[in-house]
Amino acid sequence: MDGNMSGNTLQERRQGAMQVLSHAPAADIALRMAELPLPPYQQLRAPENGLVMVRGRIGGDGAPFNLGEATVSRAAIRLHSGEVGFGYVLGRDGEKARLIALCDALIQSPDHASAIEVKVVAPLRAEMRAARDQAAAQAAATRVDFYTMVRGEG
Amino acid sequence: MQSLDRALQPGFADKVLSAQATFRTVMEAMARPGQVMQVEDGVGRPPSMMAGVAAIALTLFDQETPIWLDAPLSGAPDIGAWLKFHTGAPIVADPALASFALVAAPEQLPDLRSFALGSADYPDRSTTLVLQVASLSVGPMCQLRGPGIDGTVSLCASIAPADLFARLSINEALFPRGIDVILVDGRSLVAMPRTTRLAAAGG
Repeated sequence: MDGNMSGNTLQERRQGAMQVLSHAPAADIALRMAELPLPPYQQLRAPENGLVMVRGRIGGDGAPFNLGEATVSRAAIRLHSGEVGFGYVLGRDGEKARLIALCDALIQSPDHASAIEVKVVAPLRAEMRAARDQAAAQAAATRVDFYTMVRGEG
Repeated sequence: MQSLDRALQPGFADKVLSAQATFRTVMEAMARPGQVMQVEDGVGRPPSMMAGVAAIALTLFDQETPIWLDAPLSGAPDIGAWLKFHTGAPIVADPALASFALVAAPEQLPDLRSFALGSADYPDRSTTLVLQVASLSVGPMCQLRGPGIDGTVSLCASIAPADLFARLSINEALFPRGIDVILVDGRSLVAMPRTTRLAAAGG
């Protein structure tokens, strides 16, 4: 969740954006994307739903096992300037996968990367941090410290 | 900006319906050898691949169908990436391992015995050849016969290699093993399963 805002490489910037976008509600992403001028693009892969096998381990050195299947949605988009973006999200929200693929493509485009970062990713990241901090503060307010009182015999 | 011919192209606009329609078309073509069928228009494809071949690839190829590409197709930079992205099919160098062989230059088709011919227990495990030919509407006429054909059927086509039917005569001795062929010209396709024979050439 702690996406580094000023990631150096393109890959770090894409990863940082995905950390935020994959947890954000689709409506919030769509709302912020609507404010941006979007370049022409083409759907390489229309949004589709499928299953992935989730694998787990018990302990750090346990043998991997198949935990179960999870529903994912995916989409791929190519801007006319050539950048290809991919979106994979848990759940059946194909529209969210499409929006994320579009963001991923735009982040790779030199013309649109900063607009996406400033107008879409950064506000969502701030909202998410605020919500998490608030939840942490609420939990902290009810914290109980356990300690053992020293008996007065010594 | 990437040049247009190298950029990844989309596949079917509607994956499920288009794949079902194409499957139906290929099945009909296999059931009626020698008849020209049309796949629907609007399939995204790499520029050097015909629409019919692209539709067949998007419909029939998956992770479990190894693909062999001839020299012009394997040399094209966009074909391999497109197949991998849309179908996930592995591309193999040995034609004997391939479930399908895509051939853009059929005049240089290697010996048919270099492809998988199936086994006696599993004759279906042979290579299906998909040949991009010059025309399925004009060219020398040939008469075909075999199961699925009432008497004989005429096919006017410019087919390469010129001795394709002579080469396919290995199917007679191999049966039930053998090679199935699909000829593609643009959106048109003609299937010649392993039971189809040349009745008469020329005319």
